[in-house]
Amino acid sequence: MTLFLEQMLNGLQFGVMLFLMAAGLTLIFGIMGIINLAHGSIYMVGAYAGTLVIGQTGSFLLGILAALGAAAVTGVVMEMVVIRRLYRRDHLDQVLATFAIILILNQLVTILFGRQPLFVPMPPLLEGSVELLPGLVYPVYRLSIILVGLLVAAGLYLLINRTRIGMLVRAGSTNRDMVRALGVDIRMLYTLVFGLGALLAGLAGLMAGPILAVQVGMGEQILITTFVVVVIGGVGSIRGAFFASLIIGVVDTMLRAYLPGLLRQVMVGSEADALGAGISSMGIYLLMALVLLVRPKGLFAADS
Amino acid sequence: MRMKTVLLTAAASAAMAVTGWAQEPVKIGMITTLSGPAGYLGQDIRDGFQLAIDAEGDKLGGVPVTLMVEDDGLKPGNGRQIADRFLNNEGVKLFTGIVFSNVAGATVPDIVDGEAIYVSPNAAPSNMAGKGCHENYFVVSWQNDSLHESAGQNATNLGYKSAFVLAPNYQAGKDAISGFKRFFKGEIVGEVYTRLDQTDFAAEMAQIRDAKPEVVFQFHPGGLGITFMRQYQQAGLLDAVPMVVAEPSMDGVILNAVGEAAIGVNVSSHWNSDFDNEANKAFVAAWQKAYDRPLTYYASQGYDAARVIASALKATGGDIEDLDAFRDALRKADFQSVRGTFAFGPNQHPVQDWYALKVVAGEDGKPVLKTGDRILENHSDAYAAECKL
Repeated sequence: MTLFLEQMLNGLQFGVMLFLMAAGLTLIFGIMGIINLAHGSIYMVGAYAGTLVIGQTGSFLLGILAALGAAAVTGVVMEMVVIRRLYRRDHLDQVLATFAIILILNQLVTILFGRQPLFVPMPPLLEGSVELLPGLVYPVYRLSIILVGLLVAAGLYLLINRTRIGMLVRAGSTNRDMVRALGVDIRMLYTLVFGLGALLAGLAGLMAGPILAVQVGMGEQILITTFVVVVIGGVGSIRGAFFASLIIGVVDTMLRAYLPGLLRQVMVGSEADALGAGISSMGIYLLMALVLLVRPKGLFAADS
Repeated sequence: MRMKTVLLTAAASAAMAVTGWAQEPVKIGMITTLSGPAGYLGQDIRDGFQLAIDAEGDKLGGVPVTLMVEDDGLKPGNGRQIADRFLNNEGVKLFTGIVFSNVAGATVPDIVDGEAIYVSPNAAPSNMAGKGCHENYFVVSWQNDSLHESAGQNATNLGYKSAFVLAPNYQAGKDAISGFKRFFKGEIVGEVYTRLDQTDFAAEMAQIRDAKPEVVFQFHPGGLGITFMRQYQQAGLLDAVPMVVAEPSMDGVILNAVGEAAIGVNVSSHWNSDFDNEANKAFVAAWQKAYDRPLTYYASQGYDAARVIASALKATGGDIEDLDAFRDALRKADFQSVRGTFAFGPNQHPVQDWYALKVVAGEDGKPVLKTGDRILENHSDAYAAECKL
């Protein structure tokens, strides 16, 4: 039972990390109509900037500021220099251009920092583990990731549903042309949304640092799963991104943890393990296919 | 008469082309993984290889060479395309470089069937060591299984009775687990296949804690290994369950990234930077002079691959058109390996010694790998007997 709870926590933690990435991606995709493959690169920029500053100053707080700042600046510059020219172009052009940004940023980071992964120390305050229940020991750092993720989700909920900017964002994701026709400075809104998305990706990158390795190409690893989240949740819907992230996080973790064991009941050990590993890595894509069959626009499509 | 002249001219120009070609540098095609989290593996192989070329002044075995390097991005399809281009457009006859077994599996068959030689500096999947062996396919590193057989023997020697094993779900991962099991005499209490692109191992950590093994064996090369080790430590398992691994899970870079937490981990390897032989001393000194980063065994394998190629180029005078002669020269492995003893077995994979290493605190407090006892002597691999060359 404690093992099951621990796996649930693991799934939750993976889920909120995905949410931080997916929230930005779904807004950019839903409101601006841009397929931004370079979202993962912003995640990487955040991680590197945070790591660098933590390494130089030893302060995790300054690291947070650096990561958020660097990610937001990268995002805004990227929007102004490249993305802005792509709104009227078709998705293929957008994919090509943002893919080029991935290659350029990866190469730039390789030149600056080399190919060897960087080491990020855990903030001393969040080191160690706590016993949540008898027998259920869980790392404090992972718990704080869950906490931060949920706080960000709540903050985004308030921002989107309770503020004027949020209203414009919602309107923009439902009917872009009408918002423009009403005289809203849509360019400003776009830059803002892109910057916000980048900020969240930077935060995710920074928090991933002490658990995962900070390395070139780290963004592409999480990007594909993030796109699955966006598709399942419904393009443009923050609420959809939130629930889809948690579903994907938990489903992926549970499949990995329990499927081989279940298969072992009916098959030979090594075959069960190999098959289980195969199916569990396909699991989230199967889930995406199923969701698309039932709800072709995703679970919480913005315009449904 | 006229026909005869044409033929003669053709023959003459062909002869000229051949002699002209012989003066050209020998092209060596290196397909390796330079991007992504495992990019440092290919980088080290490339730089180790280059070190041997630089030592002779752009030559190997006295023959001028050109090293052509391309990044496969850890994608089997890319590797195959690069090989195709090198073979058909560039006329490359000598290949090396591949890091990952899944890339090797897709790429090497095309190379060796295309009348070219492939010398592996790393990946050596089981399916190409036994019945699938090929006269044009040479391995200077090890066979995948034998790498982890040494870890299995090490765990047995250390007296562990139960083990939890983990490896990524691809050919080398399966080879790793079957290799470990072949030489581990205890019980396997858990067997988990992870993903080659996995970044978070929290679910696996929970399973390990639940299974309560005496020892954990894991195979996670490159960036995967760093992540795994750190999360193992963060989950509080490093103090609770000791770890026995083969060298890919604890190379110089991983050790550097994991830091002091790695002290006490048992590693098995065919090479270590502290090996006491002339070739190795020269290699380590040259590396430290040329590069400002930790030395990994990948670099040593790139270096050895270049040196064994050099021995064959020297023996044949740089003629790789006569494949039979070149293969015979390669097979002799007439060079001083940085790992000490080295010979090719019947399947053209290495026969070599394996050593137990342990992570200890170095003189400056930073953890280092220290060589201990020999685990296996003149060890070949489990598939050599199936190979009919």
